[in-house]
Amino acid sequence: MFLRNAIDKSTERDRLRQRLVQRRRRDHAFALASLAVMIGASLVLLALLGQLVYDGIGRISWQFLSSYPSRFPSQAGILSAWIGTALVMLLTALTAVPLGLGAAIYLEEYAPKNWMTDLIEINITNLAGVPSIVYGLMALGLLVYQFHLGQSFLTAGLTLAMLILPMVIIATREAVRAVPPQIREAAYAVGATKWQTVRDHVVPYSMGGMLTGMILALSRAVGETAPLITVGALSFIAFLPHPPLQSEFPFFSAQWLFDPFTVMPIQMFNWVSRPQEDFHINAAAAGVILLVMTLVMNAVAIVIRARFRRRIHW
Amino acid sequence: MNAEAVLKKVEGWRLSFRLSMQLKEKAIESLLLFAALTSVAITLGIVGILVYESTSFFLQVSLWEFLTERQWTPLFSEPHYGILPLVSGTLVTTAVALAVAIPMGSLIAIYLSEYASSGTREVVKPGLELLSAVPTVVYGYFALLFVTPALQKLWPELPGFNMLSAGLVIGIMIVPYVSSVSEDAMRAVPVHLREGAFALGATRVQTALRVVFPSALSGITAAYILGISRAIGETMVVAIAAGMQPTLTWNPLEPAATMTAYIVQVSLGDLPHGSVGYQTIFATGLTLLLMTLIFNIAGHVLKKRYRQIY
Repeated sequence: MFLRNAIDKSTERDRLRQRLVQRRRRDHAFALASLAVMIGASLVLLALLGQLVYDGIGRISWQFLSSYPSRFPSQAGILSAWIGTALVMLLTALTAVPLGLGAAIYLEEYAPKNWMTDLIEINITNLAGVPSIVYGLMALGLLVYQFHLGQSFLTAGLTLAMLILPMVIIATREAVRAVPPQIREAAYAVGATKWQTVRDHVVPYSMGGMLTGMILALSRAVGETAPLITVGALSFIAFLPHPPLQSEFPFFSAQWLFDPFTVMPIQMFNWVSRPQEDFHINAAAAGVILLVMTLVMNAVAIVIRARFRRRIHW
Repeated sequence: MNAEAVLKKVEGWRLSFRLSMQLKEKAIESLLLFAALTSVAITLGIVGILVYESTSFFLQVSLWEFLTERQWTPLFSEPHYGILPLVSGTLVTTAVALAVAIPMGSLIAIYLSEYASSGTREVVKPGLELLSAVPTVVYGYFALLFVTPALQKLWPELPGFNMLSAGLVIGIMIVPYVSSVSEDAMRAVPVHLREGAFALGATRVQTALRVVFPSALSGITAAYILGISRAIGETMVVAIAAGMQPTLTWNPLEPAATMTAYIVQVSLGDLPHGSVGYQTIFATGLTLLLMTLIFNIAGHVLKKRYRQIY
């Protein structure tokens, strides 16, 4: 009887120990599986990116950067596309940055608590979830056909500006919110007005976060394709827009705003959708340049964020 | 001039200076309010234009036909205006994408929030953010030229355009969104809940799956909804890799156009402003917007229902 009990107890203890080991094993298995998924996904993506670079890098040359698109893949280039991207981005930044900054400052510093503020807030969150192609449709109906801006640089820049405005506002607001209230109170205490406080204290202190958010939003805009297709980007442009600067009075002209446009992702899309293999190599090369553009912008944003974070100690 | 007059004059300057300051403050405030209101104007523009153009479409095509007809051939000589084939294409690619993104995104989020050291997290999180910056047209290139050929080695009869590879690539593309937002939600779960579970002898996987995950469900739902709206609205990958033929099918191995791909296809051509073909893209866009809206509202409701108060 005694012996029996002792045996029972020891087998029970063994079973318990076994279960403990099992539990730990399951824990480790789960961790390993998650890690494997993470590494696997990164490897797949790295392989895809590597393949893209491998396919495209040989095609990148001065000739590729300085030629217009062509029927012959080996003569085609991205001159009109990269100049187009640069000009569209300029317009987008000129529109989205002041509007986004103003909206964010209003919502964080001025807005009273009332239904209008609530409406603006809900509206911004919802806008951020609208598919980008819907912005394109809106721009087609409104800018192209109601305001008669044409299928032009101006339309393209405004379309992308509207698209990234919610992103700019959200990022800028976060940066403004990170400035501690004591800074504002100190400014008020020495007699500064609201605008003086904002201009001389809040904006300079939140500059790092603001710049980061704006650059990230612009890097999204660089790669946007769908809304620009709907507003009528051309994929075959063998001329440059009118130069913004002239030698005669009044020295600069706005004619280029109304020229037809193309951008890098449109050019790449056009080359991908062609059946010939040689054009796919051009597409890969354009893709590499596009990737480098967005990655450089992101890297700049990360550096700015790190630098400002280091400099400010509240 | 006596002292009183000087004082009066100074007082007058002070008042006018004050007045101009106040005016300037007011002016600046109204300017900033104007900037904030542009976002409302954009929403009004989107809804207004889509409804306006769709109304002229629905004056010619009945809503009943639009919703029940099983063919979408608006540009043929004998046009059929049934949105179902485009909706099925969108739903199939979205389902494939979610089948990839939700398990992968959740696992990565759990790993980062519950297992990874802070050093790993510092490297992986910005890396994931960087991935979401890759232009979608580049992902489309991957789908058409790398993923489809790779899948064709497994199923030689797979067509060159198919929804499977487009969906898989969209899935990979939205993993960063899903994992980043769910990780934030799980990190926001208070540590004492985890400590309670550990004190009862739970392992880390038990704590993660039975304590942290359910507590963060509200935020995780938001992450899934974000992924779903991305997948529904994704355009370039499907336009490049899934084909342009509207087909009513639920089989991901077949080619089919989605709503977004159809809009791209029509926009690439040259349709006269005001024609029925031109109006179809607005009707399609409105359907797309309503679909994302429904998912967003559903997400909002679920988020509220699962909200935990600690």
